[in-house]
Amino acid sequence: MKQSSFSWQKIRDSQLFWPLLALALIMLFNLFFTPGFYEIEIRNGHLSGFLIDILNRGSILMLLAIGMTMVIATGGVDLSVGAVVAIAAGTATVLINPALATQLISSEELIKDATSTPLWQCIMAALLVATLCGFWNGVLVSKAKIQPMVATLVLMVAGRGIAQLITHGQIITVYYSPYFFIGNGYVLGLPFTLFIVAFVYLCAWLWARRTAFGLFVESVGINPRSSLLSGISEDNIKLAVYTFCGFCAGIAGLIYSSNVKSADANNAGLMLELDAILAVVMGGTLMSGGRFSLLASVIGALVIQSTTTTMYAVGVPAMAASAIKGLVVLVVILLYSEQTKLMLTRVFERVGVQS
Amino acid sequence: MSDRLKVDRKFVPLLATFGVFAALYLYGFLQYKGMRQPQAFFNLFINNAFLLITSVGMTFVILTEGIDLSVGAVIALTSVASAALLENVGMSPYVVIPLMLLMGTLFGGIMGAIIHFFKVQPFIVTLAGMFFARGMCFFISLDAIPIHDPLYRTMALSRIQLPFFERAFLSLGAVVAVVVLVVGMYIAHFTRYGRTIYAIGGNEQSALLMGLPAGRIKISVYALNGFCSALAGIVFSISLLSGHGLYATNVELDAIASVVIGGTLLTGGQGYVFGTLFGVLVTGLIQMLIQFNGDLSSWWTRIAVGALTLIFIGVQSLFSSDKKKRQTMARASAKEPNSQGEIAAGDRLTTDSA
Repeated sequence: MKQSSFSWQKIRDSQLFWPLLALALIMLFNLFFTPGFYEIEIRNGHLSGFLIDILNRGSILMLLAIGMTMVIATGGVDLSVGAVVAIAAGTATVLINPALATQLISSEELIKDATSTPLWQCIMAALLVATLCGFWNGVLVSKAKIQPMVATLVLMVAGRGIAQLITHGQIITVYYSPYFFIGNGYVLGLPFTLFIVAFVYLCAWLWARRTAFGLFVESVGINPRSSLLSGISEDNIKLAVYTFCGFCAGIAGLIYSSNVKSADANNAGLMLELDAILAVVMGGTLMSGGRFSLLASVIGALVIQSTTTTMYAVGVPAMAASAIKGLVVLVVILLYSEQTKLMLTRVFERVGVQS
Repeated sequence: MSDRLKVDRKFVPLLATFGVFAALYLYGFLQYKGMRQPQAFFNLFINNAFLLITSVGMTFVILTEGIDLSVGAVIALTSVASAALLENVGMSPYVVIPLMLLMGTLFGGIMGAIIHFFKVQPFIVTLAGMFFARGMCFFISLDAIPIHDPLYRTMALSRIQLPFFERAFLSLGAVVAVVVLVVGMYIAHFTRYGRTIYAIGGNEQSALLMGLPAGRIKISVYALNGFCSALAGIVFSISLLSGHGLYATNVELDAIASVVIGGTLLTGGQGYVFGTLFGVLVTGLIQMLIQFNGDLSSWWTRIAVGALTLIFIGVQSLFSSDKKKRQTMARASAKEPNSQGEIAAGDRLTTDSA
């Protein structure tokens, strides 16, 4: 309680502080309640353990969080990322073996370890389709001036239908082994997905922080009108941000389908949009837009993933875990809200006066 | 409407929805024999009873410029909780049903209170609420619980004969839905409460300055929607005679789509509960046409509903461009005096409602 209000202010203002604190709390919980949580062993020439698992599984969420951060920073939101994940996953797997979608009988022909389209083309096609989805959202938001929540809701509703159209309503199983490398491969003992995330993060960081783009995004989020008056094209910034979010969802879709070796239009990426939004909110980016931190969002994604993994490790059923997640989110939102901050500041000021 | 030659601009979205419904129904009428029976029309009510109930609640929320994403989860939670209480605990349905309605109302009210007092966006609070309610379903039971209660069984099998049509009937759920619709219309258009909702949706600041209890009304609207979701959940569990946590997924989206198609503006303050009925009927009709067709797969429903929602939002933005312009201007000027102004407004708001 000897903390002066000045240093409290400083700590509270750092966007990395809260997500790191949350992560530390979860790790502390695991130290006591989950035996073997910190064990990392070398299995089949690569590292394995709970921590590696969190990083590997969390890669999808981290990618989505990176894309979502900038969307939310412009004061928008993208509810369609889950559906875009399903669309990208469907596109890639259908191209690998179109017969799987149209024929019901599984035969030798269907389960052979081969692809009918070169792998790079599958990947490019999936990314292209996902980017187009993002572009569509961007056009609706920036050109047609539809509220972001509603504009992306349209693709969220229709997207799953489109994904089923692509996969002909089948759950497509992949038997082509090189494709598995994306989601299950290891480089230098670490999951390959981690390198993908690092690469995307680096690109996004360079784009946002080494060019003026990040500042433009923040200014659009804080006051679109004055940004427009100072010569920043609000429309183009928003278009770019939504397109990038779609692109990130596309990569996430590839990782997802490669990891589970199949694409299910109904369940791929289900509720993922919510997790991604929560990761960003946890990272301290306000839903109303403005200041953002990509790193904080990535840590936010890790917090959510480790919460999920911890709950599985403790033995909470997968579906029931969402109740706890909901509560955690609510607490975090309330902590961040202006009203609570005002209250906290008052309390700390009072303490400061007394001591 | 019809007694005036020149139709008021504000009725245009409603008329457009009605037009779409009539055109689709006419197409089905000419194309498929099965749809020529009056029962086909009443089946729309029977199959979409729970959607209509929850959409009426959603209309009120959207009229206040809010949104509630938790309704599907609340429907699922009601079905699981009522099934568990009836079957595992052995409570009487006369206790369970009021209890569920109370639960829904409280759930909505708490979300509304958080939205109001902490100034958090409705969409994120109700998102958390949706997570919570879905998760709670699976804390109660991982599997579907069948309901054997005799009263529920009787209600599920009840057919209410309609007066003017021979061999045409409604289910109990459909009757409840129609009652909810009529009550909703009465509340929205003929009570002071309803007018306050429209005023808040039109412009919350002015509503406050006029001395309307904006905070209390907003919280009560979410509570009302929670009540409607719980009622929809009971109707839903009566029609399926079981409860499971995966029931009613995406119902929140269908409800929002129905409200939008029904001509209610997502920016709040404008729309009709009656329009929501046609929104629900149009989504139900699309589903029915696809079923009658037989060749098209069910996922076309989703695509069609999505496309229709988009079209209607487009229509809306044509008719609401004036309001939007005003709002962006107001927002831009409100942001300038920094957050101090907003906080001051917030303090006023809390003291008002306290």
